Amino acid sequence: MSEISLAKADLDSARRELRRRKLTAFLFVAPLLVFLLFAFVAPIGSMLFRSVHNPNVAELIPDTLDQLRDWDGEGLPDPEAIRQLAIDLKRLANDRTSGRLAGEVNRIQPGASSLIQSTARRMRGVDDDELAASGDVLLLEAHANWQRVEIWRAIRESGRAYTIAHYLTALDLERTPSGEIQPRDGPRIYVALYAQSLRIALTITLLTFLLGYPLSYYLANAPARISNVLLIFVLLPFWTSLLVRTTSWIALLQTNGVVNTFLMGTGILSSPLSMLYTEFATVIAMTHILLPFMILPLYSVMKGIDPSYLRAAMSMGAKPIPAFFRVYFPMTLPGLSAGALLVFIVSVGYYITPALVGGSDGQMISNLIAFHMQQSNNWPLAAALGSLLLALILLLYWTYDRLVGARNISFG
Amino acid sequence: MKKLVAALVGAGTLLFAAGSIAQQQTLTVVSFGGAYGAAQQRHMVDPFMEKTGHRILFEDYSGGIAEIKAQVESGNIQWDVVDIEVIDLERACAEGLLEEIPRDILPPGDDGTPALEDFMEGALDNECGVGVIFWTTLYAINTETIGENKPSTIQDFFDTEQFPGKRALRKRPQVNLEWALIADGVDRAEVYDLLATDEGQARAFAKLDTIKDDVIWFDSWSQAPQLLNDGGAIMVQSANGRFYAAIQDDGRPFEMIWDAHVYDLDVWSIVRGSPNKELALEYIKFATSTVPLAGMQEVAYGPTRKSSAPLVDPAVLPLLPSSHIDAGIKADGIFWADYGESLGEKFNEWLLR
Repeated sequence: MSEISLAKADLDSARRELRRRKLTAFLFVAPLLVFLLFAFVAPIGSMLFRSVHNPNVAELIPDTLDQLRDWDGEGLPDPEAIRQLAIDLKRLANDRTSGRLAGEVNRIQPGASSLIQSTARRMRGVDDDELAASGDVLLLEAHANWQRVEIWRAIRESGRAYTIAHYLTALDLERTPSGEIQPRDGPRIYVALYAQSLRIALTITLLTFLLGYPLSYYLANAPARISNVLLIFVLLPFWTSLLVRTTSWIALLQTNGVVNTFLMGTGILSSPLSMLYTEFATVIAMTHILLPFMILPLYSVMKGIDPSYLRAAMSMGAKPIPAFFRVYFPMTLPGLSAGALLVFIVSVGYYITPALVGGSDGQMISNLIAFHMQQSNNWPLAAALGSLLLALILLLYWTYDRLVGARNISFG
Repeated sequence: MKKLVAALVGAGTLLFAAGSIAQQQTLTVVSFGGAYGAAQQRHMVDPFMEKTGHRILFEDYSGGIAEIKAQVESGNIQWDVVDIEVIDLERACAEGLLEEIPRDILPPGDDGTPALEDFMEGALDNECGVGVIFWTTLYAINTETIGENKPSTIQDFFDTEQFPGKRALRKRPQVNLEWALIADGVDRAEVYDLLATDEGQARAFAKLDTIKDDVIWFDSWSQAPQLLNDGGAIMVQSANGRFYAAIQDDGRPFEMIWDAHVYDLDVWSIVRGSPNKELALEYIKFATSTVPLAGMQEVAYGPTRKSSAPLVDPAVLPLLPSSHIDAGIKADGIFWADYGESLGEKFNEWLLR
């Protein structure tokens, strides 16, 4: 109704003003949006895409793949297809890209790398006419392994530009030549590692809760003079380099380290415990590192709780413990949710601390992702493992939202 | 008037200086750092800058080809010259990540021997690299804590009855699987053929099983001397130069065991698409000439030219891998290009089991 009472000019100027404000607001947010787009959305998008899309082989040997399309996967392919591969290999050897083909096929069939490389080098020395006439014979003569059907299947398989094979591998599954999906006939490590990462992350979340809750309670209720000093002790390690804190755990936990020397000096132990390079070391070091993420949201939420609620409950006859659990604790849940989610999500993808103190049984899925990024250079598999980790965390967040409600999260 | 002349001369000098700065190029050279990097800095990087007037940014990395691959694939080349292990070189070169280095540009040795004859076997095997050092992976003991009975062979490394205590190995299949087979009685010449088969791999893992509870796994060579020093482990695997530096510079009571050491080369390579390729070639020509190569003896890595041998300190000679070739095996880059990934997965599975 109010619109009618406004003159048209007023209405226009009001709209203009509104637009101007929206634009200003947008300009204020724009740098952050641009940053998020480049630093967050684009890399994740590219990771998701890379995990299903790998056009390397399809771009390197399109003609051979064309020829292999009608092959039934049993026995050797047609001589034309074999000849075409010989011609393609010569071209790749001249461009020095045969190694890319070798690397891709080798992922499916270990040992194929040197076979393709040595054959490509040989084809380089053959002239084009001879290749066109009898390339198939020359290729099969180059190495006995070209008689193996698995090599040809691997070439065809690696030629698919879009594939879910990396997701299957990441779930310890594989596809048989006939197309069925079955448990992988090779090392099965990834599912176990996801489970281990979740278990370690849950343990750490629980430990930070047990250690952080009483401390936050004390901090929130202590006189400002004491709580300010104690808060510095919480924040100081928070500002210290992650590497320094991890390394100091090495000094503490190692065989002749501080803890063992103390326990043996006081006669509690007769021989040193091996604590470093175990899951125990990973859990204890990460609990220490992530503790502030639990304490800070808890503290700021507790700080806002009026102490008179608890007093009121007790004045109405509640015993201290039930009063705490039925009145105080529910009010701290938003901070607890925030802290627990932060600690859990940060720890499930943790990399550097498990790598340094975890030994063999304290490893997490990120260590394998790093292995495939840096050592085996299997980026598509690393991308698939990373995408699954992301999906897992989103799934857990969704479950959490259904059970507790994400709106309950509060950082204070 | 005098002032004006002085000012003009001053301005002229400034302009001249600016001109020469514009001609000065900057080359980014990347290597492994530590004592080894310091030796390269002293004998290759600094003398080259002094000789040519160009600037070198000397950076560290921890090996592997992931960063080179990322730079070449994105077309954003940051590195010009890289020190790369032969075990990675095979793959990097074949994937087209490195430039070919023509052999005819390499200068003859200081004694006049043509380059192709002067370089040792293996140093020029791959067209993308020129050998810098021979180095090796072996294990060492701490003579202060080991006691009377000293291990001396690779069998001893796997013998937990005679030598109880922790062993430290780098967390990867390379070298460890070779050692397991040799300790299990396999002839050194047949190790890689056997490792290419399922039975051979099973045998190597079975041998590693016998010491699994006694092994500390570490991730970087730099952790190794520390493990041996603080008594966490009684036998520790590392690169010979790391132990040498700990013995020489820090006076640690370590002793290297040369049995079944696995030796390899490092080479200088040029990242494909480097905008400073000409200067990079100049640098490699200089850095792989007789005198700079001989400087690598400071960290007990052997020079790759025969003409450098007379310049090596006789006291260091017995500590160079080249003096123990008969006791060791050469790391097989082609084998690891084939099986590095599949054995890496199997190794990780074995660790978790």
